[in-house]
Amino acid sequence: MVIDQRNAGAAVTAINVYALDRYKLQGTQSSKINVQQNAASVTPPAGFTYYLGATSQSAFSVAATDYFRIFQPLEGFNTADFAWGTASASPVTLSFWVRSSLTGTHGGSFSNNDNNRYYVYSYTISSANTWEYKTITVAGDTSGTWKTDNNIGIQLGFNYGTGTTYSGTAGSWGSTQLLAPTGAVSVVGTSGATFYITGVQLEAGTTASPFEYRQYGTELALCQRYYYQTTGGGNTRHAVSGNGSLSQAFPTVFFKVTMRTTPSISYSSLSHFTLESLTGGSSTATAISANAGTNDSATLNVTTAGSGGTGGNLLGNNASSVIAYSAEL
Amino acid sequence: MIQYKIQKNNMGEDCAVTIVGQNISIPFAPDNTDYQAYLRWLEAGNTPEPAEENQ
Repeated sequence: MVIDQRNAGAAVTAINVYALDRYKLQGTQSSKINVQQNAASVTPPAGFTYYLGATSQSAFSVAATDYFRIFQPLEGFNTADFAWGTASASPVTLSFWVRSSLTGTHGGSFSNNDNNRYYVYSYTISSANTWEYKTITVAGDTSGTWKTDNNIGIQLGFNYGTGTTYSGTAGSWGSTQLLAPTGAVSVVGTSGATFYITGVQLEAGTTASPFEYRQYGTELALCQRYYYQTTGGGNTRHAVSGNGSLSQAFPTVFFKVTMRTTPSISYSSLSHFTLESLTGGSSTATAISANAGTNDSATLNVTTAGSGGTGGNLLGNNASSVIAYSAEL
Repeated sequence: MIQYKIQKNNMGEDCAVTIVGQNISIPFAPDNTDYQAYLRWLEAGNTPEPAEENQ
C-alpha cells in the first residue's frame, strides 16, 4: 500500500480504475464508494505506514447483479509455483490486516484469468474500527486453466458489497462467477462506512509467515512493471532525442523497469507539453500518440503547429504534466 | 459510446489506436489489456475512424 503513483494519496472516485498501485476499484455503479491511500488518517497497525482505505459514499442497496470490490490481478509468472490447474496444486495462505466500521462476515474471492474458476472466502470482523489480523488458507485448485505467463494468474478480490447473483457459499472451488460469501456485510450499504486493509500477503502453504517488508525502491520497481509515469514542469524532459522536425518529432523514453507488455500511453493535457527542436525553437504539442514501442521503451509521435528545426525533446511546461505508461493486467 | 481512431507511425504503418476524446494511445500489442478491449470492440461489429492522411 506504499506506492500510489497515479493519485499520490488523493481519493479515487471513479470505478473500474486503478487506485493505489496494483489495486483496482471495480464496481457496477459509480459514486458509491471511494478509495484512498490512508483515508481518514487512522493509525495503521504496528509496523505499517500505509493502508488502502475505502469509504462508502451513500447507503446503497445492492441489486442482484451489483458488485463492488477492490482487487489485484496477480501476474501468472508470480503465481506459477502454486501449480493451480494441476494435480500438484498447492494450498495458499492469504494474510492481511483489516479494519472496518462494520462488524460481521466479510469476504472476497479468488478467480482465474478466464473467469471460470472461483473460490469465495470469508472471515469475521469482531470489533468495529479496530485493526484485526486475518489469515485464510485456500486449497489449491486442481481444475481449470491458470495462466503462468505475463497474463493474469490469479485475481484476488476484497468485497465491498455484492448482490445475490455473485454471492455464494464460501470454502470451495467452482465455475460459477462468485465474488463474495452469501450474507456478507455490504460496506456500500451504509453511508460513511469504512473498510481498510494493509499488509496483504499471499504465499504457498498453509501457514502465514510474517509480512515480508521490502525496501521502497524494490516495491516501486515492482509496481513500475505495470505502470510508469514521468512527471513535472519546468521544462522537464519526458522523452528525448526524436528525429523529425518541429512540426512532427518522435522522441523516446526508456523505462526504468521492463514492463509486463508494450504499454498504453496517456498524457495529462496537450497544453502541458512543448516540443523542443534539437536545433533551436519550440512549440506547444497539438497531438501525442504512440509511434513505436516495446516493453523496454516507447517512441512518441508528437506534432505541433511549429515548423523547421530538427527533431526534438518533449518537455513538460506545467507542474501537472504527466506521461503515463500502463501495462496493467 | 467509446470510439477508436487508427494511428500511423513514421513509416506510414498502422501502429496504434487512440480513444477519441481521451488522451490515450493503445499499441497493437496482444498482451496489452487495452488492446484486448479494442479487439472485443471490433468483434462487436464496430469500426474505428481512419488515420489522418498526413500522419
